[in-house]
Amino acid sequence: MSGNSFAYSEQAGGGEATELGQEATSTVSPSGAFGLFSSDLKKNEDLKQMLESNKDSAKLDAMKRIVGMIAKGKNASELFPAVVKNVASKNIEIKKLVYVYLVRYAEEQQDLALLSISTFQRALKDPNQLIRASALRVLSSIRVPIIVPIMMLAIKEASADLSPYVRKNAAHAIQKLYSLDPEQKEMLIEVIEKLLKDKSTLVAGSVVMAFEEVCPDRIDLIHKNYRKLCNLLVDVEEWGQVVIIHMLTRYARTQFVSPWKEDDGLEDNEKNFYESDDEQKEKTDQKKKPYAMDPDHRLLIRNTKPLLQSRNAAVVMAVAQLYWHISPKSEVGIISKSLVRLLRSNREVQYIVLQNIATMSIQRKGMFEPYLKSFYVRSTDPTMIKILKLEILTNLANEANISTLLREFQTYVKSQDKQFAAATIQTIGRCATNISEVTDTCLSGLVCLLSNRDEIVVAESVVVIKKLLQMQPAQHGEIIKHMAKLLDSITVPVARASILWLIGENCERVPKIAPDVLRKMAKSFTNEDDLVKLQILNLGAKLYLTNSKQTKLLTQYILNLGKYDQNYDIRDRTRFIRQLIVPNEKSGALSKYAKKIFLAQKPAPLLESPFKDRDHFQLGTLSHTLNTKAIGYLELSNWPEVAPDPSVRNVEVIELAKEWTPAGKAKKENPAKKFYSDSEEEEDSSDSSSDSESESGSASGEQDEEGDSSEDSSEDSSSEHRSDSESVSEVGDKRTAKRNSKSKGKSDSEDEEKENEKSKTSDSSSTDSSSVEESSSDSESESESESESESKKVTMEKEKKTKEDRNLTKDVSLLDLDDFNPVSTPVVLPTPALSPSLIADLEGLNLSTSSSVISVNTPVFVPVKTHVLLHRMSGRGLAAHYFFPRQPCIFGDKMVSIQITLNNTTDRKIENIHIEGKKLPMGMQMHVFNPIESLEPEGSITVSMGIDFCDSTQTASFQLCTKDDCFNVNIQPPVGELLLPVAMSEKDFKKEQGMLTGMNETSTVIIAAPQNFTPSVILQKVVNIANVGVVPSGQDNIYRFAAKTVHSGSLMLVTVELKEGSTAQLIINTERTVIGSVLLRELKPVLSQG
Amino acid sequence: MIHSLFLINSSGDIFLEKHWKSVVSRSVCDYFFEAQERATEAENVPPVIPTPHHYLLSVYRHKIFFVAVIQTEVPPLFVIEFLHRVVDTFQDYFGVCSEPVIKDNVVVVYEVLEEMLDNGFPLATESNILKELIKPPTILRTVVNRSTNVGDQLPTGQLSVVPWRRTGVKYTNNEAYFDVIEEIDAIIDKSGSTITAEIQGVIDACVKLTGMPDLTLSFMNPRLLDDVSFHPCVRFKRWESERILSFIPPDGNFRLLSYHVSAQNLVAIPVYVKHNISFRDSSSLGRFEITVGPKQTMGKTIEGVIVTSQMPKGVLNMSLTPSQGTHTFDPVTKMLSWDVGKINPQKLPSLKGTMSLQAGASKPDENPTINLHFKIQQLAISGLKVNRLDMYGEKYKPFKGIKYMTKAGKFQVRT
Repeated sequence: MSGNSFAYSEQAGGGEATELGQEATSTVSPSGAFGLFSSDLKKNEDLKQMLESNKDSAKLDAMKRIVGMIAKGKNASELFPAVVKNVASKNIEIKKLVYVYLVRYAEEQQDLALLSISTFQRALKDPNQLIRASALRVLSSIRVPIIVPIMMLAIKEASADLSPYVRKNAAHAIQKLYSLDPEQKEMLIEVIEKLLKDKSTLVAGSVVMAFEEVCPDRIDLIHKNYRKLCNLLVDVEEWGQVVIIHMLTRYARTQFVSPWKEDDGLEDNEKNFYESDDEQKEKTDQKKKPYAMDPDHRLLIRNTKPLLQSRNAAVVMAVAQLYWHISPKSEVGIISKSLVRLLRSNREVQYIVLQNIATMSIQRKGMFEPYLKSFYVRSTDPTMIKILKLEILTNLANEANISTLLREFQTYVKSQDKQFAAATIQTIGRCATNISEVTDTCLSGLVCLLSNRDEIVVAESVVVIKKLLQMQPAQHGEIIKHMAKLLDSITVPVARASILWLIGENCERVPKIAPDVLRKMAKSFTNEDDLVKLQILNLGAKLYLTNSKQTKLLTQYILNLGKYDQNYDIRDRTRFIRQLIVPNEKSGALSKYAKKIFLAQKPAPLLESPFKDRDHFQLGTLSHTLNTKAIGYLELSNWPEVAPDPSVRNVEVIELAKEWTPAGKAKKENPAKKFYSDSEEEEDSSDSSSDSESESGSASGEQDEEGDSSEDSSEDSSSEHRSDSESVSEVGDKRTAKRNSKSKGKSDSEDEEKENEKSKTSDSSSTDSSSVEESSSDSESESESESESESKKVTMEKEKKTKEDRNLTKDVSLLDLDDFNPVSTPVVLPTPALSPSLIADLEGLNLSTSSSVISVNTPVFVPVKTHVLLHRMSGRGLAAHYFFPRQPCIFGDKMVSIQITLNNTTDRKIENIHIEGKKLPMGMQMHVFNPIESLEPEGSITVSMGIDFCDSTQTASFQLCTKDDCFNVNIQPPVGELLLPVAMSEKDFKKEQGMLTGMNETSTVIIAAPQNFTPSVILQKVVNIANVGVVPSGQDNIYRFAAKTVHSGSLMLVTVELKEGSTAQLIINTERTVIGSVLLRELKPVLSQG
Repeated sequence: MIHSLFLINSSGDIFLEKHWKSVVSRSVCDYFFEAQERATEAENVPPVIPTPHHYLLSVYRHKIFFVAVIQTEVPPLFVIEFLHRVVDTFQDYFGVCSEPVIKDNVVVVYEVLEEMLDNGFPLATESNILKELIKPPTILRTVVNRSTNVGDQLPTGQLSVVPWRRTGVKYTNNEAYFDVIEEIDAIIDKSGSTITAEIQGVIDACVKLTGMPDLTLSFMNPRLLDDVSFHPCVRFKRWESERILSFIPPDGNFRLLSYHVSAQNLVAIPVYVKHNISFRDSSSLGRFEITVGPKQTMGKTIEGVIVTSQMPKGVLNMSLTPSQGTHTFDPVTKMLSWDVGKINPQKLPSLKGTMSLQAGASKPDENPTINLHFKIQQLAISGLKVNRLDMYGEKYKPFKGIKYMTKAGKFQVRT
C-alpha cells in the first residue's frame, strides 16, 4: 500500500498531489502512519529539497508551485524557512516569487521574516533606482511591527532620493507604515509635507493618496502646493488624477466662497437660464455680481476641463463631480456630454454613472434634457440598468416631451421583463402626478392596462391608480366600478388590498357596489391574504359607519371571522374596530368620533424619486452609490461665508530658494510661467470667451487680479510676478514652441531628471534670459527641420503625383497617407487629380456654408389626423385608414411613408389582403406592404408603405384586394406631407431665401384677428398643415419655416411676417413653384380663420 | 484602496485569490454569493455590495466575476475601471481571458497582479510597461517550461515623460496602421422609423515604428467629432487649437481615440428590416417572416449580417426556411439566430415560417425585439476621413495605412 502510493505520487508530480499534501499536513499530525499521508509529507519535503538544491531551475519550479498554492488559497506557511533563504537569489524571477511569498506570509511568521530584512537594507543602497524602489516596496509590505523604525528610516531616505520613481514608492510606503503603526503619524506628516512639494508628476498622485489616508484634515499642507497641483494635473497618471481631483474638490469647498450666490436672485428664472445662450447669461451676470471668483478657484475649474476627455471613466466622473460641487452653476452643463459618453461603456460603469446622473437630473433637469434619447431602454440592457434609465427619464419628463416619453413607455410596458414593466407603470404614475396635463391620459392608459393578461402588470396598475385617484378626489366613479369588477379575477394580494381600500374610501360615491363587494369578500374572507383581510375589515368598518342599514350584519359577520383568525394582527385589528364602531356600554368616548377617525381626509402619497435624498453625499463616491455613509467617507463642507486668506497659496520664491538648491529657484519659475501661459492659451483657444470682454481686456484683467493677490504677499514676489505677467504672451509662445521641438528631437525626449540637470547647469544670469535662449535655439532647430522636410517633399513631388493619381483611382479605403502634397501647394497640381488637401478645403467650405441645409430634422409635430382609404360600407366590412407618420421612409429616400390601418368589421376572417393593379402617373413609384394572410374578425393591423409622389399632388390609385374582392382606392397626398423638415440657422435661411426670389417667390396677405397671431398659434397651424422645420428667428414678428421636398430635395422656405393691424404677409420661396403655390393656397385659409 | 481580489467562476468556485494588504478570508464572498442567488441572472448582480466590514465591487466579464474587496470609501468607478483594466491586460497577455487559461498561467497572472497594484493603489497599468516587466507566455517558453517570465532588463518607460512607450524599439519594417471603426447604435420602431440613432467611433492603431516617432494625424472634417476621448499620449492643446492629433504613440496596438457623432446630425441607417410576426390567440401556430434589405449604404455591400431575437417564453419551436444563410433556434433559451452573410440587393434575404406555441397559453403581448449585427467594409458611415499622417523625429520612411469599417453596435428593431 505504502509503496504503491509512493509510486503514484512520484509519477503524478503535478500540483494536485501537492495540494493534497498541504491539506493533509495542516489537519493531520505528521506522525500519522497512514501511507498516503506519509508519502505526501514526503512531497512537501520534496519542495523543500528543490528549494535547497543548487540549481536555479529546480528552485524556480518549486517557487512556481508554491505561488500556485497561494493563488488557490492553500496554506503554504510551513515552507517559510526554506523559501526565505532564497531572498538573496541572483535569479530575478526567483527573487520576485520569493517577494510574493514573503509579503503573503511575513505577518504569520514574524521572527523568520526578520531574516530577510538585511537583504532589503542592502538593496536600498543599490545604485539602480528600480532595485531601490522594489526593495522599499517589499520592505514596507512586510507587516512586522518590529521593523517599524527601519521602515521609517527607509522612507525618510527614499523621500529625498534623486529618482522620482523611488520617491513615488516612498509615498506608497507611507500609507503602509501608517496602517501598521498609526503612532508614527506626526513623523509621516513631515514626510508627506516634503513630498507634496515635489514637482514630479510621478509623485503627485501617490503623495496625495498618502495625504488622504494619513491626514486628510491637514488642509494647510495643501495651500502652498495648490497651484502646482492644479498645473501638474493634466500630466499626472490617470489614477493619481482621480485622487487629486477628489482632494481638490474638498479643498475648494473650504477655501473659496460660493460661486452660486449670484444665482440666488436668479433662482426663479433658472430654467430660462439653461435654455438661453451661455454667453448672454455670462454678461448679465457680470453686470449684477459683486462676486468675483478667486483666480485660484478659476484655475482649478479650467485645468480640470481637458480631463473630461480622458479615456478613464473614473477620471471623467471625478471631473464631473468637481464641476457639480464647485463650479458656477452656469458652467456645470459641459459635463453632461461626457457623462453620456460613459454610458457606452461596460455594465458596471453604466450602473454607477446612471446613478449619479439620476441624482443630478433631479436638481437640474436642463442638463440632460438634450440627451433624453440616450436614456431610452434597450431590450438587452440588464434589469438594473433599465430601471435606472427609467428613473432618469422620469426625472427629465416635462410638458414638452411627455407625449414622446409616454409613447416610449407604452413599448416598455409590454416588455417581457416583468419587473421592468412594473417599474414602468410606477413611472407612468409619477409622470401623471408631476405633470398635470397628462394626468388624465395616464390614468386612462393605466385603466387599459387593467385588462392586461399579465397579473404583475395589472397589480402594479391597480396600486398606481389607487395612488393617483387618492390625489384627485374627482369623479372617477367609473374607474372604481371597473376595478371592483376586477376583484373577481385578480389574485395579487397588494392589488386586491388596494382595490378594497379604494372602495372603502369612496364608498359614498359607489353606494350600490360597495356593499356588494363586502358581501363577496365576506364569503372569501378566510382564504384571503392577511393584507387583504385587514382591508376587508377596514371596508366593513367604513361601510358600517356610512351605510349601516345594509351592511350591519355583514360587518358583524366579518368581525366574528376576524376574531378567530390565526394572525394576531388581524385579531387585534378586529378587536379595535369592534370597540370603535359597535356601540356598547363599555365603549369609551372615542366611538363618538369613529366616523372622523375612519373617514378622515387622507393626505395623498407623494410619488418621489428614490434618488431625492442622495444629493447630500458627494457625487461619485461609494457612499453615494450605497446611499449610506461608508467607512472613511469625508464630508464635503459647506462653502465658507467669508473666504479664508487667499495669500496663503502664494508661493514665496525666496523661502523656497533657501530650502532647495539654487537649481530649485530656476525650477520654481516654471510652474508660475506655466500658469500664465496656460491661461493665455486657454483664453485664445476658447472662442466663446467666458469673460465676455475683448481678448486683450480679459488678459489684462487676469493680470490685474494676479497682481492684487500677489501684492498681499511679500514685495519681492509681487514684483517677480509682475515682470512675468508683462511678458505673458511671449513666454506662452515660446513654451509651445519649446514643447513642439521637445517632442520632436530624439535627444530631447528624456526623463525629467535630465531636464533638471540641464537647468542646474545653466544657473547664473536671470532665469528669464536663460529660458529665452533655450527656447529660441529650440525654435531655430524646429524651423530647420521643417525646411528640411519641405525640401525633401519638393524633390519627391513628381514621384508623388503619379502615385497619388493611382491612389485616387484606387479605392479610398486604403489611402497611402505617405505621399500627400503639402497644403500650401495645391496650385501646381493638374486639375483632374484634385489633391486631397484641396478636397479637404472644399469640404471645409461645404461644411461651413450649406451643410446645415441638407440635414433633415425630426418632425416638429405629427398630426394624428387619419384619412379614409376605404370605408367599411364600400369595402364590405374591410375598412382602411391611412395617415402620414412624417418619418423618412424606410423603403426609399424619395418616398413618403404612409401607415395604413386595416380593420375587419365583419364577423368572419378576411384573408389574403394585398395590393394589385397599381395605376400610377408617370414616374411615380410605390412600395407595397407584404400581403396579410388573414385578419381576424374585429381585428386590426397597421402596415406601412411608401409612395414616391414625384413632388406632385397627383393621386396614386391602386386596388386593395382580399381573397374574394377588389376595391379601387386612391391616395392623394396633402402638399404639406410631401415635405421633410430641415434644420437651418437664420443666417442660412436668409441666404437661401436670397437665392430664391423672383419667379421662385409667391406671397399673399392674410387678415385675421390678432389672437391668431400669437407665436404658438402660428407655429401650431403651420406645422399642422405642412411637415416643416422651425427656423429660430431673431425678430419677434417674423416666423420662418424650412423644409425640403421628399423627391427632389429642393428647399421650401415659408415666412410669416406680421404687419401692423391684423394683417400678415405669407411668403413662400421654392424652386418648385407649383407646390409652393399649392401650399400657399392651403396655408392661407388656415392662418386667417379663427 | 483595493484590499483583495477574488476570481469566481460561473459555478461559484473561487479559483484565484490575491491580497495586497492583510489577508481577507474568502468567506467574505458569501455575501457575494447571496447577492448572486437573488439576482438570478449573472448580469443583474449589483456591482457594489456592502457587507458589515467590507464592500465588494465586482465586474463580470468572460463568464468570470472579478470581485475586489474594499474597506474604506473610494470612488467606485476607480475600482471598476481598474478591474476592467485587469481583464484587458489578461486578454492582452493570453489572447483569451477564461478560467482554464488563468489557471494554466497562474504564476504569470500573479506576477502581473503584483506589478499592477502596490498596497491597493494602481502602479503600472500600461500594457507596454507590464510586458517589459513580465513577459507574456509564448509557445516556445511553454514547451521548454524552464525559462523565466520575468524580463531580464528593468523597464525604463515608467520613469520617462512618455510612460506609455518603451525605449529602444527596433523594427525592420516600420509600419503604422489605423483602423477607423464606427458603430451605429439605433432603436428602430415598429413602423421602421428611427427612434434614436448615434454613431460611436474609435480609431484603433497598430504602430510598429523604430525609435521615438512623433506622429500627427489630421482629418478632412474634424468638426464631425462631437465628443472625443483620447489615449493619454495625445496632446490635448494641439487638438483644441488646431484639431490635429499629435502624439508619440505607444508601441503596438492601442486605442488612439474614441469619439461620438452627435445625435443632432442625421444618422444614415444602412439597413432596414421588414417583419411580420404574428401570434394568434386561439391557434398554436404563429407566423414569422423577416426580410433584411439595404438602405443608405453609399454603394457598399453589407456583410456579416446576423439577426438574433429573443423569442417569448411561449414559443416552443420554430420551423423556418431562410432564403440564404443558416439559422438556429435554441428551444431552451428561446434564442433565434440567423446568420445571413452578405446582402444581395437583387435578391433580398428572408426568413419565413411558423412558430409553434404552447397550447392553451395566451399569446405573448409583446413581439420580440430583433437585434441586428452587420459590417460594412471601407466605409465610415459618419463620413469621417483621415486627411494625412506625418511623422517627425525619425529619419526612416514608414509604411502607413488606413482602414474604415462600419459595424452595428446596439442595433435593435422593435416589432
